[in-house]
Amino acid sequence: MLLSPTPLHIPDGFLNLVISLIFWVATISMVGLAISKTNKTLGEKQIPLMGVMAAFIFAAQMLNFPVAGGTSGHFLGGALAAMVLGPWAGILVMTAVIAVQGLLFQDGGLLVMGANIFNMGILTAVIGFGLYRMVGGAKKGLRLTIAGAAAWLATMAAALLTALQLWLSGTSRLEIVLPAMLGVHILIGIGEAVITVAALAFIERTRPDLLNAEKTAASGGRGWIMAGILVSLLAVLISPLASGSPDGLERVAADLGFLGDGQASSYQILPDYTIPLLGETALSTIFAGIVGALILMGLLVLLGRSLRKAGSGK
Amino acid sequence: MHIHAFDQFRAHASALHRLDPRVKVLLTVGYILSNALLPDGSWLAFAAAWLLLLWSNERAHLGLGYTFKRSFVAFPFAIAAISAIFSPSGNSLAEWNLGFVTLVPTDFGVVRFFSILVRSWLSVQMAILLVTTTQFPDLIHAFEHLKAPRTLTTIIAFLYRYLFVLTDEAYRLMRAREARSAGLPGFKRGGSLFWRAKITGEMAGQLFLRSYERSDRIYNAMLARGYTGHIRTLNPHTMQHSDWLTLFFSIPVLLLIQLIGWYR
Amino acid sequence: MPVKHPSTQQFILPDCEGDILKIEKLNFAYPDGHIALRDVSLNLCSGDKVALVGPNGAGKSTLMLHLNGILRGEGDLTIGNLPISDEQLPLIRALVGVVFQNPDDQLFSPTVFDDVAFGPLHMGLPEDEIYQRVAQALDAVQMADFGERLSHHLSMGQKKRIAIATVLSMQPQILILDEPSAGLDPRARRALINLLRELPQTMLVSTHDLHMVRELFPRMIIMDEGRVVADGPTGKLLVDATLLEAHGLEMP
Repeated sequence: MLLSPTPLHIPDGFLNLVISLIFWVATISMVGLAISKTNKTLGEKQIPLMGVMAAFIFAAQMLNFPVAGGTSGHFLGGALAAMVLGPWAGILVMTAVIAVQGLLFQDGGLLVMGANIFNMGILTAVIGFGLYRMVGGAKKGLRLTIAGAAAWLATMAAALLTALQLWLSGTSRLEIVLPAMLGVHILIGIGEAVITVAALAFIERTRPDLLNAEKTAASGGRGWIMAGILVSLLAVLISPLASGSPDGLERVAADLGFLGDGQASSYQILPDYTIPLLGETALSTIFAGIVGALILMGLLVLLGRSLRKAGSGK
Repeated sequence: MHIHAFDQFRAHASALHRLDPRVKVLLTVGYILSNALLPDGSWLAFAAAWLLLLWSNERAHLGLGYTFKRSFVAFPFAIAAISAIFSPSGNSLAEWNLGFVTLVPTDFGVVRFFSILVRSWLSVQMAILLVTTTQFPDLIHAFEHLKAPRTLTTIIAFLYRYLFVLTDEAYRLMRAREARSAGLPGFKRGGSLFWRAKITGEMAGQLFLRSYERSDRIYNAMLARGYTGHIRTLNPHTMQHSDWLTLFFSIPVLLLIQLIGWYR
Repeated sequence: MPVKHPSTQQFILPDCEGDILKIEKLNFAYPDGHIALRDVSLNLCSGDKVALVGPNGAGKSTLMLHLNGILRGEGDLTIGNLPISDEQLPLIRALVGVVFQNPDDQLFSPTVFDDVAFGPLHMGLPEDEIYQRVAQALDAVQMADFGERLSHHLSMGQKKRIAIATVLSMQPQILILDEPSAGLDPRARRALINLLRELPQTMLVSTHDLHMVRELFPRMIIMDEGRVVADGPTGKLLVDATLLEAHGLEMP
């Protein structure tokens, strides 16, 4: 089979409704921001460029290379897309790719698409571009090294977040899914890093005009460096903490109301939340989802504002 | 090229094919949502949902088992849910001592595991039914009608158009690599893993540049036909009475499935 | 089948005194410094069918990109009586239809209908007229039933015909075609030649296919290294072995 589903494309059914909705809200806000940003910065040429680039990422994901024992390394491309096109365009390109994979090939679900886009398109763009932007003016060797590290870290962070989502949905046990996900992606991430660096080096050699420092700086403000470093640190800190003492993380999640011991209560996001009239039915689940989504939306609006400020202040 | 085999659309003159794509999108999402809302272990409701799916298959002139046969794409992912079997809640069913670790499957865990699997499997089938009965461009129109941002739907339209062109190009690159991947007796073949990944990266770079330059030519072709920065399309879809009817009748059906699930 | 020109007819200029298209001393250099056009001058009369030949890199494609203002070089370029300027650009793009060499670049929409409707839609025409023009254009290239087809399912010959339909739907006065017969098998090439013969528009066609030139175009222009090196009756130029050889061409 040519389109082998990567372990990061979550199908429908594996995430619960609340987690699905929360990440839909996060994704929709970021994509909305990306649309308004690219409209301003890229001009009328943006549409065909991003469209063909999305097809490029799609095709590049098919370029596989034999690793060992019949398995092959695959390419995600989120970090590379953000590095060469800028973070906003990168997010839109990856959104289109993941949407088409889910819709046309059932590679990743529809209700969970928000989470898939967030993990593989937005998180990878923040880490990939943020760290790359930091060394924008540096020498080629350093720049490519950081680009590779960023691509590896972006893959690991996507795997980490996927594992956390599966766990919070009550689909997987944290102490199993986390080391499994991270373990698999240590290797996949190295492939991602090498391909990203080789592709960047090739582009720089043949079309240096596409990758110069000014272009990188113009495509995303300094706020991205901060965001990239913060998210990377968060990922680096959570991984060993969670794999070292999953019980600790479990307790935190339980305190926050994510995890209960019963089946229906694993949906609850608000602590001690009950609506007597609705009881533990589908309705209360939806309601909890909406409330959780609203809270998150508020946080994202704040984040978006600060990003915009940081962007205009450059 | 064989890439066309990826296009899952099957042309038939069925009621389901004729249904407005918006309605099909809404019904698919509604169905998947309904599955997600059903509590674990509501096997009767899952069965009812599957019956609905079988009936839809038949209505689409595909044969009862059409989507079933194609529904195993999500299966590798089931591994992720296996650990749910050993959930700490519920009564233990057995104790498996593997030497370094003791696994305790619980009744709650087993129900949870199979519920996740069934939900996923039903949802995938409905998604397959959607693309089997709807041309992808119509699906894009549906999303435009449902107020998805124009920028995004246009990018997706371009992606769909050039997916086939660029994957062909990627295959040609891989075939060229294959054709030169020779070996001599007595020499180790294939180079290092690092080297292989690097070559793949350079192929990706090559593909990137070709795509970039192609987007320039496409932009010129668009300018030549009056493009000014705003994409316009004609969407010839209008909701018929039958479309509204289908939409309204499916709501009680999904509610009934929920009812079966929650009050068994 | 003749194509009617109801709405653009009024912009056409008086009887030909040479000039539905007039280029005088056009020069153009790409941003990287490469000089692509040097003092190019030429005229087209209404109804002319002219072949543009010359080796790769002679500047043919660059010249074509100037004819509806995608590239803007130095020199005078008028379409009808309209000089190329920002205000006139939309009108000029309606009058001059450019068909690019690779139909995969020209056909960028998912379905054939979307692609043929793209030009009329961006001209702001009312919906009925768009449908009518799409039907006419597809009819003119003998692909009437292909509206709902997906572009990536078409053969090369079909793609080339649809690519021509995408500009016919704009009802242009001048058709510019870049290597229309390249990459076609003999049968598809024959069908294309018959199609080009039937289209009534003024035509400037860049090509390496000198057999087609002899068959279709009474006048030919030879370009080399950014210059027009010959412009005259095809019958005369195509028998001038020294001239052809000097510019990398072979007598058909």
